[in-house]
Amino acid sequence: MPAISLDRVSKTFGPKLAVDELSLEVGEGSVAVLLGPNGAGKTTTVRLITGALRPDTGTIRVAGFDASAEGGEVRKRCGVVPPKPAMYDRLTGRENLRFAADVFRTGRTRIEATAEKFGIAHALDDKVGGYSTGMRTRLALTRAFLHDPEILLLDEPTAGLDPESARTVLSLIMRLATEGRTVVLCTHLLHEAEGVADLVAMMAAGQVRIMGSPDELAARFIGTPRVVIDVAEPHNLNGFTKMNGFEVEADNGRGRMTLRLESLELIPDIVDRLVASGARVRRVEPLGATLEDVYFEAQRQTRAWTGE
Amino acid sequence: MNDATTVGSLRLAWTVARVDLLRLFKSRDYWGPLLIVGMVFFVAIPAVALMTVTRIEASPLLMQVGEVLDGLTTRLDDRTQALPAQGRTAFALAVFLLAPIAVVVPLTVSSAVGAQSIVGERERGTGEFLAHSPLTVGQIYLGKLLASLIPGYLATLGGFGLYSLVVNVMAGDTVGRWFFPTPGWWALVLWVLPPFLAIAVAIIVRLSAKVRSTAAAQQVASLVSLPVIIIAYGIAGGAVLDPTRAAVFIGAIAWVGAAYALIRGRRAFQRDVLLGLGDEG
Repeated sequence: MPAISLDRVSKTFGPKLAVDELSLEVGEGSVAVLLGPNGAGKTTTVRLITGALRPDTGTIRVAGFDASAEGGEVRKRCGVVPPKPAMYDRLTGRENLRFAADVFRTGRTRIEATAEKFGIAHALDDKVGGYSTGMRTRLALTRAFLHDPEILLLDEPTAGLDPESARTVLSLIMRLATEGRTVVLCTHLLHEAEGVADLVAMMAAGQVRIMGSPDELAARFIGTPRVVIDVAEPHNLNGFTKMNGFEVEADNGRGRMTLRLESLELIPDIVDRLVASGARVRRVEPLGATLEDVYFEAQRQTRAWTGE
Repeated sequence: MNDATTVGSLRLAWTVARVDLLRLFKSRDYWGPLLIVGMVFFVAIPAVALMTVTRIEASPLLMQVGEVLDGLTTRLDDRTQALPAQGRTAFALAVFLLAPIAVVVPLTVSSAVGAQSIVGERERGTGEFLAHSPLTVGQIYLGKLLASLIPGYLATLGGFGLYSLVVNVMAGDTVGRWFFPTPGWWALVLWVLPPFLAIAVAIIVRLSAKVRSTAAAQQVASLVSLPVIIIAYGIAGGAVLDPTRAAVFIGAIAWVGAAYALIRGRRAFQRDVLLGLGDEG
């Protein structure tokens, strides 16, 4: 059973169609990344998942509960970090967390340990009004995590952070992802999804335009895999390029080449051939397609299909 | 809903109210000016007025007040009727003329808190947490109501105590006894005022959920609280004039009105009003 399932869900705000016939399934313990520009419908989707918003049409089930009819049960199991992690500024971090603990009826004993986990324990007795954006995000993560939720919904958690803080927050999220929780991460920053996502849903205008695992999407939109080879004696490469199964995409003439392969299975044969031809191999590195490659290629192809 | 669930539900509503009250308590820039206004209304004005009256031997004002009180003879006890003009004027000032302050102050305090209760959450973005929490909309609504009602009512009780002290100290000798609070005042503060406060707050919290900024909420709140203050002002006068019937009757009607306003307000309150504005992406 998927942890989160949306079936043909639509939501409008006045004349604006925010989510349009959205269908999405996120498996238990997996990490789904909703990618898309601002206004794509990511935040609305998160709000629909927790039942904070009711869909106009369609059904949403989360951890086996109907998000509209059993929203309380759904929200008990979800931890949400909203796009602007707002807290009560006049209260201390600890007072904010106590409030969250009381609301989720978890008791206050987890506050210290959870804050420690997210690196904010040292500032718990300071007023939140004096926190930096990074500290606020850490506190928001602590608050979302306090009741040990099965599902984490992180809506642009690195928005407004400096690169160092963003990297720290991302590493915290990656750690959460490896703990077997179901995570939905909304972002418009492609590198955030890199290496984390089990499922990528690219959204635009309230719809999921493209969905799949990163590998599936890479295979679908980028096609042939690539490999970089680097050898010490380039003159020994003569004849090597006549081998079947690949084509040379780039050659710097000093022993470094980028090859497009029919299959990654060819890599051992290529290495054998290089060694046999007397080259001293310094590097053989398969180049996986980045999400950025996939995203822009998918966008290009989608435009070509739809004529947008 | 069984008893345990009801208690748990009330406890969660109180959690919402408590955090708002804690925020308010820590906002000196909010309650500082209110404290000053309260001191002016409950202490300074009565003290000056009563000091003036008790030190004037005879004046046209005292005569006029005495004539007005003559028209109220059936509602004044024998001891008060038997007082000299100075004593009766002091009594009238303390009991009748300054009574509506007890209505104005709590309504002002509560409407200020209530006006930003929902739209403030939305503007700050803190409502997002409440919207994604397992709290029911009823618990959130009740919490917001309590957080608005309690400061106003506490201001009244505190002010009532101070005012009682001031008028007894300033006019006790002239009236001949510690005469305040009168039964009418007890009825006003404990029976008539709470439902009026609840009506005003129910309307204001509901409006706070509809408007798009705290500034707009404050404006609307003043428009709402003004007629309620005027109505309550008139009724407060009646309640202290005739404690036995007017207060009980008017209070009972006000309680019914308050129940209606609260039920309507609860039904109109939806979870999505807590979510940030313009974040529908």
